[in-house]
Amino acid sequence: MSQLPLSQSEAPPAPIALNGVAWMRQNLFNSWFNSVLTGICLVLIYLGVRGAITWLSQAQWQVLQVNLKLFFVGFYPPELVWRLWLIPALVAGLGGLSGSPFAPTSKRGLQGIAIGFLLFGVLVLALPLSWSSRLWLLGISLLAAIGFGTGQKIPALASWLPWLWVLSFPVVLWLIGGGLGLKSVESSMWTGLLLTLLLAVVSIFLAFPLGVLLDLGRRSDLPVVRSLSTLYIEIVRGLPLIGILFIAQVMLPLFLPQRIRPDPLIRAIAGLVIFSAAYLAEVMRGGLQSIPKGQGEAAKALGLSSPLTMLLIVLPQALRNVLPAIVGQFISLFKDTSLLAIFSLVELTGVSRSVLAQPEFQGRYAEVYLFAGALYWVFCYSMSQASRRLERSGASRR
Amino acid sequence: MKKIQWKFILAGLLLILPLAGCVTDVPAPSSSSAGTANSQQSRLDTVLKRGKLICGVSGELPGFSFVEPDGKYSGLDVDVCRSIAAALFDNPDAVEFRKLSAKQRFPAVQSGEVDILSRNTTFTVQRNTELNLDFAPVIFYDGQGLMVRKDSTLNTLASLKNRSICVQSGTTTEQNLADQMRQRNIPYTSVVFDDVNITFGAYTEGRCDAITADRSALVSRRSSFQKPDDHIVLPDLLSKEPLAPAVSSGDPRWSNVVKWTIYTLINAEELNIDSKNVTQFATSNDPVVKRFLGGEGNFGKKMGIPNDFAARIIKHVGNYGEVYDRNLGKQTKLKLDRGLNNLWNKGGILYSPPFR
Repeated sequence: MSQLPLSQSEAPPAPIALNGVAWMRQNLFNSWFNSVLTGICLVLIYLGVRGAITWLSQAQWQVLQVNLKLFFVGFYPPELVWRLWLIPALVAGLGGLSGSPFAPTSKRGLQGIAIGFLLFGVLVLALPLSWSSRLWLLGISLLAAIGFGTGQKIPALASWLPWLWVLSFPVVLWLIGGGLGLKSVESSMWTGLLLTLLLAVVSIFLAFPLGVLLDLGRRSDLPVVRSLSTLYIEIVRGLPLIGILFIAQVMLPLFLPQRIRPDPLIRAIAGLVIFSAAYLAEVMRGGLQSIPKGQGEAAKALGLSSPLTMLLIVLPQALRNVLPAIVGQFISLFKDTSLLAIFSLVELTGVSRSVLAQPEFQGRYAEVYLFAGALYWVFCYSMSQASRRLERSGASRR
Repeated sequence: MKKIQWKFILAGLLLILPLAGCVTDVPAPSSSSAGTANSQQSRLDTVLKRGKLICGVSGELPGFSFVEPDGKYSGLDVDVCRSIAAALFDNPDAVEFRKLSAKQRFPAVQSGEVDILSRNTTFTVQRNTELNLDFAPVIFYDGQGLMVRKDSTLNTLASLKNRSICVQSGTTTEQNLADQMRQRNIPYTSVVFDDVNITFGAYTEGRCDAITADRSALVSRRSSFQKPDDHIVLPDLLSKEPLAPAVSSGDPRWSNVVKWTIYTLINAEELNIDSKNVTQFATSNDPVVKRFLGGEGNFGKKMGIPNDFAARIIKHVGNYGEVYDRNLGKQTKLKLDRGLNNLWNKGGILYSPPFR
């Protein structure tokens, strides 16, 4: 069909309503070859589904139920876990606030959101969680709704949102680490999913500006800056991440004098930032090159200085163009944090490996890794969804 | 729109400053107080000044070191570190555990990243001399063994002639098996796998007649089989694997503390002092017990630790028998026999020099 010239098929063919059998005959059994393929696929699907069902009936999910706290917050002192609950609450409130400009205006969209909330509530009640966790989860979703409503009522808040997000970051670190009136918790206790998220978020926020700077350096007219930036990017891109992490975690202490022992967490973040910044710089280069020269020249003609031209005219457009690639980089950075399980950091993968060493749960690999995988997936998928939202809103406003 | 856009960017750039501050503000107890440049100073002083011990463990070995659902480390290797913390600080929880991989462990102890390595490490001459590690007394005598199915009529090493044996590659296990079988002139087929889980999986699926690994691993893995009683571990030993904690060499004060902490565990069992009756023993008139628990003499002070260090260890952690039973013994899922890891007067080879 696709080879037909458009003129012949200008009007889309009216959809032909087929009943089940006719549809199958036309699509699955229209030649002997396709029939054989269909047969083979059916057998494979049957075998796969049967295997999955047998496994599901044998799976012992108790290992997850008993270790739920360990997966999420690791060794964090149980009496202080409420501080960690406040973080998703804060993020949910801000998220609701930020989401309200994108609110669907149609009745169906609103219904969808309501159904989403309802499903979440049912899920929270259905899962075998403790009552306090259920209460927290419901409270968090309520906060998201409140944030959403407030955003609708007071649209002026939207211009303050970036500042609120930036302010929330030290608040989150304060909640995790304590100090200033809160009981302090050592960084070795920040483990589990908490550590995975912290590593990813901090690395992303540090790698992004560094990547932009590197990219600007690479395009700079000053030969020293340009060659140094290029050298950095090319060297780091030529090294495997695991090698950089190995140097940071294992080799560095051998070089440094005895009394300087940087926290393993900082070393890990440094390794991730060094690595991601080089890749982000290359992604950004693509973005900057996609902006026509005329844009910068026009801005200069209007009297904008070079930095302002970059900040106000070129960068925003470039960023929008490469948003999918940047988010892809962030997603891979998020998943790369699992490499740190090899280097003594007890993040989500590390916790999973320790859980598997509990004598009661030896050999429960499938359950534990499936759960960890599902958690990784949830966060990666949310990131890609959020980026699509942003892209669409950017495109509609252009 | 434009306005929001540049605010976002400015906000992003501003973020770098506070963030850099926050990250460096992260409490780094190990770094800030990790001793002075003075190499004459013992690690013991460093640890005492810091107020807690930093202990390198595997964190992924059933019975030796793993994480309980409540987030606490547990296991035989872990209890060694808790004993030292109990001796120094009267608090078995004054320990920061660092998970170390097999590759990471030796650089970590050489660079002073950890105070002590308590990670299922076999005491060998190469590690002692070339890697500059001081080994403490052995806390677990392991050895490479073989497991077979009970109904297979295989019961000695010789009966494995021309049979297939599952073995994990890349460890000394494979080499030991080859050496031992060649020495005895027993031909066999080795079925080699990269991963320990796949090796055991292949054995349970019946792809080989026997499997070889460290005996503690064989027994602990067997406990997770569907029918553990259908498998037996042969009495033959293919290698000696004495597992001992290690510290960086050239620091006798620190290695002595570690050494005598472990002897305390063994000696306490020999004297039948355990965590429950240690307070009664404290008032004992027996000079041997009095010296041991610090009622007499000045052994602790001379080492640089409190005189009642033994009493503290026993009170908080228990004696060797208690530690073994709690982590590997009958009451656990692993159900490892004491075997060699029993006192010298009960059929094992654990022996503590006298405390006098």
